[in-house]
Amino acid sequence: MNMPVISGIGQSAIGRKLGRGELDLTIEASLTAIADAGLEVADIDGLAAYPGGVMGDSGGFAGPGTPTVQDALRLSLNWHSGGPEGPAQIQAVINAVMAVATGLARHVLVYRTVTESTAQGSGGRAGIGVGTSGVGGPFQWSLPFRAYSAANWLAMNAQRHFHEFGTTREQMAQIALNARRNAGLNPNAIFREPMSIDDYFAARMITTPFCLFDCDVPVDGSTAVVVSVAEHARAVDHAVARVEAVGTALRGRPSWDQWDDMTTMPARDAAAHMWSRTDLRPVDVDVAELYDGFSWLAMAWLEALGLCGHGESGPFIEGGKRIALDGELPLNTHGGQLSAGRLHGFGFLHEAVVQLRGDGGDRQVRDPEVAVVANGGGPVAGTMLLTKLA
Amino acid sequence: MADPVFRVLPTLDEPSAFFWTSGADGVLRFLRCSACSYLIHPPAPVCPECHGRRAEPAEVSGRGTVHSFTVNHQAWDGTGDVYVIGLVTIDEQPDVRLTTNIVDIDPDAVHIGMPVEVVFEDHSPVFVPLFRPVGR
Repeated sequence: MNMPVISGIGQSAIGRKLGRGELDLTIEASLTAIADAGLEVADIDGLAAYPGGVMGDSGGFAGPGTPTVQDALRLSLNWHSGGPEGPAQIQAVINAVMAVATGLARHVLVYRTVTESTAQGSGGRAGIGVGTSGVGGPFQWSLPFRAYSAANWLAMNAQRHFHEFGTTREQMAQIALNARRNAGLNPNAIFREPMSIDDYFAARMITTPFCLFDCDVPVDGSTAVVVSVAEHARAVDHAVARVEAVGTALRGRPSWDQWDDMTTMPARDAAAHMWSRTDLRPVDVDVAELYDGFSWLAMAWLEALGLCGHGESGPFIEGGKRIALDGELPLNTHGGQLSAGRLHGFGFLHEAVVQLRGDGGDRQVRDPEVAVVANGGGPVAGTMLLTKLA
Repeated sequence: MADPVFRVLPTLDEPSAFFWTSGADGVLRFLRCSACSYLIHPPAPVCPECHGRRAEPAEVSGRGTVHSFTVNHQAWDGTGDVYVIGLVTIDEQPDVRLTTNIVDIDPDAVHIGMPVEVVFEDHSPVFVPLFRPVGR
C-alpha cells in the first residue's frame, strides 16, 4: 500500500500559564501545519483530534472538539473524528492515516491541545476525583484508596519492574537527565537549565519510586500535523515523514491494575503489532521518541519495542551515553514531556518529523532515516514507525 | 486502627455494591461464577472464563500477597500524610488484584511478596478493604 505521509507539522507557543484560549492555540498550530504542508485551509478535507471535546470542564486536558475547529476555519470535510478511546493519544493520527489510506480524505488536519497549566491556576497538580462525593465505574477501584493519580498507579508498575529485574532509581534517572540535556538545546522546551544526578536525588518524592523529576510538566500548547496522500510528498519543498507502520493491538486486560504482567504495559502489544506490519527491525531505528509522562514509561517502551530486552532497560540506559543525541539510540531528542512539556503524546510525533527532516538545529541527530514514536502509559498504547522521504 | 482518613467512597449504585458493603460482617467477597467458580473482578454480567451468565458473591479468606506497592508522599487530597498504596493478589485466585492500602506497618517495611490479610475501615454502609501484615 502507498502509505500516507506527514506532510506538515505545526506547534503553537508552548509554555506555563500562557493564559490563552485552547482554540486560539489550536488555530495557531493548525495554520502553521497547513502552511508547512504547502496547502491552503480549503485543501483540508479531513479533521481528527484526541480526545475530542469532552462534556464539562476537563481541567485543560481536552482542548477544543472537532466541531469547534471545523467551524472556526469553515472547513468542508469528507471525514472527521474525535474521541478518547483507542490506541492512546496517537490514535487520532492513526485514524487519519486510515482515512487517507482508504480514500475518505486527502489531507487530514490532526491536533492535540492542552491548557493544563493555565487550568491548574496557582494550585498544585490535582488528584483525580478529589472533592467528589462518590465514585463509580473504573475509578471506584483506585480512588477510595487515595490512589488519585496515574503517578500512583504507574509507580506500582515501576516498583514491580525494580523488584523483578533489579532496576534502580540511578538507572531510571537517566531518562530525566537525558531529557533535560536535550531540552537545553531546544529553544521551545520548558525546563532548560542543567540538571545533575544530585539534583535528581534531591527532588522531593511524589510516590515511590517516582520523584518530582520523574513526572512530566503540565503546559499550555497545541500540536498539529497534516496527514496527506503519499503523492503529495512531491508537492512540498521539504522532506516528509512516511508512515511505515502503526501498532494498535491491545491483547491483555485494559486495566491499570489487572494487566497480566506489571513489568510491561499494553505498549508490549502495540509494539509487537507494529513490528508485524513492517520489514524494518528495531535495529533500524535511528531515533526514538517515547512517551515519558513518567520516566519509567520510556523504559517500558524501550523494552516493548525491542530496542532492548525485557527487563534490560535499566542497564541499557545506565550512564546515559547510549540514549544521548550522539549515542546509538538517541531518545526524546526535544526533552520529552519531562522537560519540554506535557503536550500529551503529540510532542513526540512532532519531534520525530523534525528529526527526519533534519530541522533539529542544535539537537539534530545525524542523518536519521527511521524514527519510532510511542504514545501512552497504563492501559493504552499506540505506536508509529516513520521513515524519511526526501 | 487510627481514625479513618478522608476517602472518596463508591456510590453503591452499581453491581459492585455487594463488594463495598461486604465487610460489614468482616468478610471479603467476590463475584463467583456459578458454573466454573471463577472469581469475576470487577463484577461483570458474564464469566470471562466460561461465558456463564450466573454468578453470586462468595466468601474468600481475605488473605493475599503484596504484588506491588508505592509509598505516596504527594498531598493529592490535601492531607499530607505518607501512606502506602498496594496492589494485592488474593490467595484464592492470584489473577484477581485489589488496589488497596497497606496499613498497620511502617511504610519502609512494606515489601513485594509480603503476606497480608484484609482489615475493613468502617465508612458505613461502605467498608473499605485494606490489608495489613498477616498476624498483626
